[in-house]
Amino acid sequence: MKPTVGERIFYACNTVFLIAVALLCIAPMVHILAVSFSANDMVTSGQVTFWPKQFTLIAYEYILENKLFWRGMWNSFVRIVIGVSLNLLLVVLAAYPLSKEKHHFRFRTVYAWIFFITMIFGGGLIPWYMVIKELNLLNTIWALVLPGAVPIFLVLIMLNFFRGLPAELEEAALIDGCGHWRMLFQIFVPLSKPALATIAVHAILGQWNSWFDGLILMNEPNKYPLITYLQTAVVNIDYDNLTDAEIQRFALLGERSNKAAQIFLGSLPVILCYPFLQKYFTKGLVLGSVKG
Amino acid sequence: MKYGLRGTRSLHLMLLPSLILLIIFAYLPMAGIVIGFQRFIPAKGLFGPQEWVGLYYFKYAFQLPEFRDALFNTLYISFMKIVAGIVTPVVFAILLNELRLALLKRSIQTIIYLPHFLSWVILAGVFVDILSPSYGIVNRLLQSFGIEPIFFLGSNAWFPYVLVATDTWKEFGFGTIVYLAAITSIDPNLYEAAIVDGANKWRQIWHITLPGMLPIIMLLTLLSIGSILNANFDQIFNLYSPQVYKSGDVLDTLVYRIGLLDANYSLSTAIGLFKSVVSCILISIFYYIAYRFLNYRIF
Repeated sequence: MKPTVGERIFYACNTVFLIAVALLCIAPMVHILAVSFSANDMVTSGQVTFWPKQFTLIAYEYILENKLFWRGMWNSFVRIVIGVSLNLLLVVLAAYPLSKEKHHFRFRTVYAWIFFITMIFGGGLIPWYMVIKELNLLNTIWALVLPGAVPIFLVLIMLNFFRGLPAELEEAALIDGCGHWRMLFQIFVPLSKPALATIAVHAILGQWNSWFDGLILMNEPNKYPLITYLQTAVVNIDYDNLTDAEIQRFALLGERSNKAAQIFLGSLPVILCYPFLQKYFTKGLVLGSVKG
Repeated sequence: MKYGLRGTRSLHLMLLPSLILLIIFAYLPMAGIVIGFQRFIPAKGLFGPQEWVGLYYFKYAFQLPEFRDALFNTLYISFMKIVAGIVTPVVFAILLNELRLALLKRSIQTIIYLPHFLSWVILAGVFVDILSPSYGIVNRLLQSFGIEPIFFLGSNAWFPYVLVATDTWKEFGFGTIVYLAAITSIDPNLYEAAIVDGANKWRQIWHITLPGMLPIIMLLTLLSIGSILNANFDQIFNLYSPQVYKSGDVLDTLVYRIGLLDANYSLSTAIGLFKSVVSCILISIFYYIAYRFLNYRIF
């Protein structure tokens, strides 16, 4: 059927509108990128929009010398390696028994409730903080990775995937005398690569983007993960703590370009991994956003 | 097939590490709510010999003007975010579904989804820059239209709406993809039948697309109403400042400031507990509704 004139006008307006909105979604980042590459007087006189003016790398050179920035990068890396390994292991281990039917594994219901209750109720910030403090975990990497080591939401994605695997597979293996450990690691896990990729992407992103725990559980800035460092150095900047040299530096190169460069570098890992993230993230969408 | 006792022992073993971690980091803090009923002195230890004061801190909190402001702001900001967070992606999914160029459609999806992955710390850095009254690009644009600069992040008249707008900006791409998936699962025969019956685009959207999306819209609405007391700590903490506490302070940020900055552990725990209990009740109710009427099962 041929579109009517009205429909054609609608299609044209719709296309323009959607492109404009999409541009609006990346425009702020593009502006920040342009600011980070521009000379200070161009930035302060408000001439930079979406393209660098008087291109310079001085803001990035300054970051190169910024030990705390790279220290944060390293801390985040360590956190991801340890945290994500723990996440993956515990998710797989917890999802397997929970994916069993009630008449196969009687205690499933009890365990499911124990997991579920933590999704809807929590003790709150201070009790949580006190527990970690009393365990003497403050200022160690374990304070960052252990409290969130069992991401229930990811257990849910995994157990639903396990449930989707053919039941005959399990029955045949059981008859052949295969125990649960071998079943999990030699049959289920190799068959679950797409689900594991989804879990890994969520876990990596979760570890990378977490900053609040770093802020309250680490006492020294050189133990902050990168995003926590950026929170204290870019967003919630404490001018009293700046050294004279830093103040001079700011005056010279411009605080805005410097912040912009840090923001951009801080988001770069996510942007670089974005195609990969997007591919695996979308699975198991609706289960998200639970805890109150 | 039953596994027998020997068979389930390994299942228990697999759950053991998670169980221990949950007991330590989820259930011990739940027991730690006793702090809210004590005049808590940290040096005496979490479950140490503290002085019990009953509901003193709860009564105190309810009389605190900051608490009332925070409670109101939480509900007000969350409510607006929930409405905007449903309407925007639904409209976008429908509009995007009308695009006929597959490549363009996919590119736009990809772009609007990007902010979802970035931390609020990063985005707060971006918004503080572009919304600044002195040098921000937004105010420069407004000025070129002859509008006086607006201190978006520093004025109580603007702050809550900036929160809603930036939150919607960050998350609508994510929602759009969820709703688009719902649209693509609608039976195409329905549209063909409607066209044969002479239904135009609007009627098709109204009578087929929207009803087809309704279950998922209702589910996401129910789940988000359940967490209405979460106004998004990450976002607000990174964007607010003392001059907008009046309009932007929410329960979570208040709990943080009273607890960790003022070190008033008991009062902070009491407020946090109030929030957790109300949240828990709300979430349970809305989960139950979702379970009963939309067949939603979590475990």
